[in-house]
Amino acid sequence: MDYPFDAIVVGAGGAGLWAALELAREGVNTAVLTKLYPTRSHTGTAQGGVCAALGNLEEDHWEWHMFDTVKGGDYLVDQDAAEVLAREAIETVIELEHMGLPFNRTPDGKIDQRKFGGHTRNFGEAAVRRSCFAADRTGHMILQTLYQQCVKHGVKFFDEFQVVDLMFEGGEPAAGGRAAGVVARRLADGQLHTFRAKAVLLATGGFGRMFRITSNAHSLTGDGVAMCYRHGIPIEDMEFFQFHPTGIVGIGILLSEAARGEGGTLLNDLGERFMERYAPKLMELAPRDMVSRAMYQEIRAGRGIGGKDYLYLDVRHLGRKVIEEKLPDITDFARIYQGVEPLTEPVPVQPTAHYAMGGIPTNVQAEVVRDEIDAVVPGLFAAGECACVSVHGANRLGTNSLVDLLVFGRRAGRQMARYAGTVERPMPIADAVEPVRAQLEAIRGRAAGGESAAAIRTELQAVMMDDVGVYRDGKLLSVALAKVRELEARYEKISITDCGTVFNTELLEAHELGYLLDLAHVTVVAALARTESRGAHSREDYPERDDTKWLKHSLAYQGKDGPNLRYKPVSITRFEPKPRTY
Amino acid sequence: MNVDLRILRYDPEHDPAPHWETYQVNVDPMDRVLDLLIKVKADQDGSLSFRRSCGHGICGSDAMLINSRNRLACRIRVDQLGRKISVAPLPGLPVVKDLIVEMSGFFGKYRSVKPYLINDQPEPERERLQSQVDRARFDDTTKCILCAACTASCPSFWARPEYLGPAAIVQAHRFIFDSRDEGAAERLEILADEDGVWRCRTIFNCVDACPRGINVTRAILEVSSAIVGRRG
Repeated sequence: MDYPFDAIVVGAGGAGLWAALELAREGVNTAVLTKLYPTRSHTGTAQGGVCAALGNLEEDHWEWHMFDTVKGGDYLVDQDAAEVLAREAIETVIELEHMGLPFNRTPDGKIDQRKFGGHTRNFGEAAVRRSCFAADRTGHMILQTLYQQCVKHGVKFFDEFQVVDLMFEGGEPAAGGRAAGVVARRLADGQLHTFRAKAVLLATGGFGRMFRITSNAHSLTGDGVAMCYRHGIPIEDMEFFQFHPTGIVGIGILLSEAARGEGGTLLNDLGERFMERYAPKLMELAPRDMVSRAMYQEIRAGRGIGGKDYLYLDVRHLGRKVIEEKLPDITDFARIYQGVEPLTEPVPVQPTAHYAMGGIPTNVQAEVVRDEIDAVVPGLFAAGECACVSVHGANRLGTNSLVDLLVFGRRAGRQMARYAGTVERPMPIADAVEPVRAQLEAIRGRAAGGESAAAIRTELQAVMMDDVGVYRDGKLLSVALAKVRELEARYEKISITDCGTVFNTELLEAHELGYLLDLAHVTVVAALARTESRGAHSREDYPERDDTKWLKHSLAYQGKDGPNLRYKPVSITRFEPKPRTY
Repeated sequence: MNVDLRILRYDPEHDPAPHWETYQVNVDPMDRVLDLLIKVKADQDGSLSFRRSCGHGICGSDAMLINSRNRLACRIRVDQLGRKISVAPLPGLPVVKDLIVEMSGFFGKYRSVKPYLINDQPEPERERLQSQVDRARFDDTTKCILCAACTASCPSFWARPEYLGPAAIVQAHRFIFDSRDEGAAERLEILADEDGVWRCRTIFNCVDACPRGINVTRAILEVSSAIVGRRG
């Protein structure tokens, strides 16, 4: 079936929902497509808060937030975008409160705020209380609140419709084509449908599932990013992937940085607060890339707990009241998933793959751009984790993911509404579903007996975790590249056992694995090329940051034998790059 | 250790009716039931279908009937269940395939209770103020993740599928008791309907089922009292 709309939003996390809300308020005929139900989106798992310089508890300014963001990103941040982020964080948080978000409150009834990693007062002096929060369920409250508002405004949802291809009119994007809609598979019956629209927003989230230990949902397979890549749009800064310091050992579920923001400490086997040696000023509230590296150093030096590959997060001294009122969910996670009681025992933690700094390149209006001089793909937008504006540069600060998806989701919706008022709806495209139908049928129609997608996914996740993780070097990256190529070849021959049409999740998982393989390939190639250490990309064979050669964003274009890399400059407006110490 | 995992399977394209299949799975006692389902799908039968996303009890995708109780598969460990584990779709909702149930009716009821802040006053420049006591008043019901474990555990709902059910009432409660909200009257009118709160027989299954520890029955009773109070 062909559905004509004026705007399509792909993904119903925070960015997608806020964009949809803006479009609904403007009266634009909009559909939101999600492969889940909206309230299942991964925004809901964000815990610690959303930073905005409200200054409710101490002096704060958006310029300080902007500076922290730029420095936290090891100066690879586009500063025009960081300025937008820090300024508009304030009004978006206030607007969320007006929508009904149940923030924790100060004694005088204002939004409560707490400290968070890398967020400081007066350009790095000391930690500042900037993170606005609702216990350790801030993402849940954001997702619920935005969905509630969408219900109120009558937004049209297509739940459990998985977008599997993008449509363009007037040629592919590189040839100047404009977005014309999407192809989606209805999970309930396997039918493919086209959704035509003037404006398409990709808000599909991250792709942490390429790693074995990750905080990311099973559904985070980089669909939007990979679809762009396959249509010739380059993807930006893929070598930068954040490992969050405090994941639950072995399974990666996140224990929020809020635990450290409230005063929790990290301890090694000797009981030392080892962060003293790595970031004397901010200690445990140093940015995540630095804390994760410090943990690896401790583990390598044999100071992991019992000599093993994890350390302790200790919140016992915070007392029952703080733990139960401000950190209830992560306390519960430690109890359920580790059998540890945080009130009386330290909690074993290790770094977990958490966040993609890179993604689909956009400008500050959330318009997708397709080359080194930022030529816009008309009608195509991206926001949230799948996009790269770039406000996170080489390393994202805690809470800035939520700030990003709120600020740029809102901007995307507004810009889409303006754009939709200026163009005609694209005409139906003949056979638009055929390329992806052929891809899916090739998997489904292959004779049984081949390898399973699950087996290949397991090997991919292992090699990415072992060789493309917190520390990297040329040799291991080359090994990883060969492995990813081998897995790509084997992927061409996989087969599945489920040949049905109703909720064929095996087919979908196989299709999603194709996305993960593409994005893993790009990640490895971009990491191998960048012969410096910056933010989350830490090369042991090139331990220094090299601004002369590498103060630039990578752009990976799909080529015949893998990605081809080009580069574009970083926007620097207020803050010249400096050495990064905390 | 090995466990016997019994799963109620149903493929609408092939099976005349749901039927049990048993799988031997080698597991760690700390594994969750979701891990087991993923293992079966990866190693034994790729066609096994179930919803899952976050894998740690926040997204609400994987509510199912596990050893006769509604729970999230990602929140219940093998060592809490023993060597014999049975898994079936949520009761009282139409089964689509294997462990996947039809959720549109459930979300329709959610939408019917006006689950959003109603306040037509002009917005202040900054945040609305709310005391910590007022904020705490509705904290419990803000935790709801719409997993449907409560509604699908409710005998009143099984007997009368038109009943709004605990989850929708919890969502209404979250706004009725929010000091910033002005929509209580219109919501209470919906909830006073013959398929509203009066169908609750205080059986407490919903409280047992809720993976977020919400005192669902208390929330329903508070809504009932608010309706009575308004009438009085």
